[in-house]
Amino acid sequence: MPRPATSRLDVRKTYKLYVGGAFPRSESGRTYAVVDGKGSFLANAAQGSRKDARDAVVAARKAFPGWAGATAYNRGQVLYRVAEVMEGRREQFAAEVAAAEGVTARVAQSTVDTAIDRWVWYAGWTDKIAQVVGNANPVAGPYFNLSVPEPTGVVAVLAPQRSALLGLVSVVAPVLAGGSTCVVLASEDRPLPAVVLGEVLATSDVPAGVVNILTGRTAELAPWLAEHRDVNAIDLCGGDPEQAVELERSAADNIKRVLRAGEPDWTSDPGLLRLTAWLETKTVWHPMGV
Amino acid sequence: MPFDYAPAPESRAIVDIKASYGLFIGGEFTDATDGTPFKTISPSSEEVLAEVSEAGPSDVDRAVKAARRAYTGVWGRLAPAERGKYLYRIARIVQERARELAVLESLDNGKPIRESRDVDVPTAAAHFFYYAGWADKLDYAGLGPAPRPLGVAGQIIPWNFPLLMLSWKIAPALAAGNTVVLKPAETTPLTALLFAEICQQADLPPGVVNIVTGAGETGRALVEHPDVDKVAFTGSTEVGRAIARAIAGTPKKATLELGGKAANIVFDDAPIDQAVEGIVNGIFFNQGHVCCAGSRLLVQENVYDEVLDSLRRRLGTLRLGDPLDKNTDIGAINSAAQLARIRELSDVGESEGAQRWSPPCELPEHGFWFPPTLFTGAGQSSRIAQEEIFGPVLTVLTFRTPEEAVAKANNTPYGLSAGVWTEKGSRILWMAGRLRAGVVWANTFNRFDPTSPFGGYKESGFGREGGRQGLAAYLTRGGPGA
Repeated sequence: MPRPATSRLDVRKTYKLYVGGAFPRSESGRTYAVVDGKGSFLANAAQGSRKDARDAVVAARKAFPGWAGATAYNRGQVLYRVAEVMEGRREQFAAEVAAAEGVTARVAQSTVDTAIDRWVWYAGWTDKIAQVVGNANPVAGPYFNLSVPEPTGVVAVLAPQRSALLGLVSVVAPVLAGGSTCVVLASEDRPLPAVVLGEVLATSDVPAGVVNILTGRTAELAPWLAEHRDVNAIDLCGGDPEQAVELERSAADNIKRVLRAGEPDWTSDPGLLRLTAWLETKTVWHPMGV
Repeated sequence: MPFDYAPAPESRAIVDIKASYGLFIGGEFTDATDGTPFKTISPSSEEVLAEVSEAGPSDVDRAVKAARRAYTGVWGRLAPAERGKYLYRIARIVQERARELAVLESLDNGKPIRESRDVDVPTAAAHFFYYAGWADKLDYAGLGPAPRPLGVAGQIIPWNFPLLMLSWKIAPALAAGNTVVLKPAETTPLTALLFAEICQQADLPPGVVNIVTGAGETGRALVEHPDVDKVAFTGSTEVGRAIARAIAGTPKKATLELGGKAANIVFDDAPIDQAVEGIVNGIFFNQGHVCCAGSRLLVQENVYDEVLDSLRRRLGTLRLGDPLDKNTDIGAINSAAQLARIRELSDVGESEGAQRWSPPCELPEHGFWFPPTLFTGAGQSSRIAQEEIFGPVLTVLTFRTPEEAVAKANNTPYGLSAGVWTEKGSRILWMAGRLRAGVVWANTFNRFDPTSPFGGYKESGFGREGGRQGLAAYLTRGGPGA
């Protein structure tokens, strides 16, 4: 039977990388098929390459001075704006999460809500973390002595493999809250919510290059990021456990700060672990005297 | 040569002022059951802006009951993150309606639109934003695990920064889980009443914020109400004393942010032009209606002439007039009563032998105005060097050594703020360590930020507003036995 004239064919989206504020395809020209929980085809995602990863690091480094130099208040406003824009796309994210993670609509919705609230949680931290982990030091001498946190720099993030949105937000937001920039490898088998998140970031006042999202094979791209000399830290969260030791060894070359692999329960209180992991402490001395 | 400026008035069309306002209790505007309505006027023109209700004891009682119900029924039980989200909403609406609030503030208070637009309103929004984020982070505030709110806070704010002081009071109280009854000053109630509408737009649960308008008697009823757990007051030291007495022997907690007579200390190595800008900002910002105003200028003797010449020249360029004009530097004195007090103290200054100077300055015919004024040759003990004038009046004193500057700066019952101007960092810190004041500004003055604690030593009050410390005023120890 022919389709009724009123029914229209949906326009499907091309899922691309998010690098330096733009949405390029992989320079390699490669894609890979992404399927849902039941094995049905969802989309062809870009399969990022070593070159894409290096471009992403360049973009993140370029964005770092501006983002780190923004006032904490300004960063908080931007992160809160991400939550606002995500809220407006609640249904879209729920559909993406349901398809990617194979969960019910209800679970997907609640996951999205928690992810939005997580941005709000970290938005609030931007101008408070210095007050919680910084301090005046009563040194035994006529010196003013103050310790303040500062962002580490460019952070490579291997996003959680299972929790495609909430887990992703939970590892990316703390990098931004502290003032660092990042290159994120999305969940290999569930990359589509990450691409949609990139679309949100691109339209929520997050400066270009602050977050760069790659899709592709984690085991292929992680080593390039782990050994990259212009990456200051790496979150191995969603990395392959069998590859983890090798990645940590590569990371040692330029003394990267490392968070080891492992996925916590993303719905629980995130605490300060991922926020403080990407902060340095700077202590300033100044003499006191007439 | 003075420049001619074309008038650049901000339009007041953006503001819709009602003819009369009720009290905001339990989420709705209601008529007062006792008390006599009063008028609020524009101090720059004496035009009546609106009629406002006076809350009597039974109205205050209704407001406290509404706050208690909201505390036990809704707000105290709400998930902290959800409390935060209400505050974020409020912050956003304040940002969205910023111009409207700024115009209304300048109309009702008399302050220049440049200040209400660039300082009062954005800083108020920032306060809500900052404390919104604390709501679900109280465990990190350094007060031990799971600190708990106090309950119902009675808050009384002054007329010098009506909306900003409201935000300093309401934002931390709500973030910590308290509910509030707030009384704005009788001469500047309008932005608080517009804020009530903002609470409605944010769908804030009824009773979490209650606004009762009135004068001293309304404030007294609020302070003395037996079901108020916490009193937060910003205003004069005299009223602060009365509040401290009134709550003696009760379980009520208090924060008092009172008067000041800040020393602004200029050393001979300071960049003089920059220091003069800071001196002007320190005392003429907001017509000197600032508790932390730098009202005592202490100049090192060897640069006295240079500083005074430069200062006089700069005062000659200040523009006094229509608060809604975007070029105005100095607006109207807030009320006839305040103008009378400034005049009285200035006359005392002259009769005590100090020399008075103002630049040539034409004062508008209607409204309450006082020209920027300098006093030189005043003694340390003269009243204009000791008492808070709360107007655009600067008393100039001198010193020779840093030790003398410290001694003179601290020679006051107040201790709210101080300023230090010098190129030498070590001296800034040496001075900061010796000044008995809650805020020390170095090579700047009158800076405010929600993250930065503000409050006084000595008779300038106790407790802090802003920062992590600002939360402590609205929380008590949690955990077992709490």
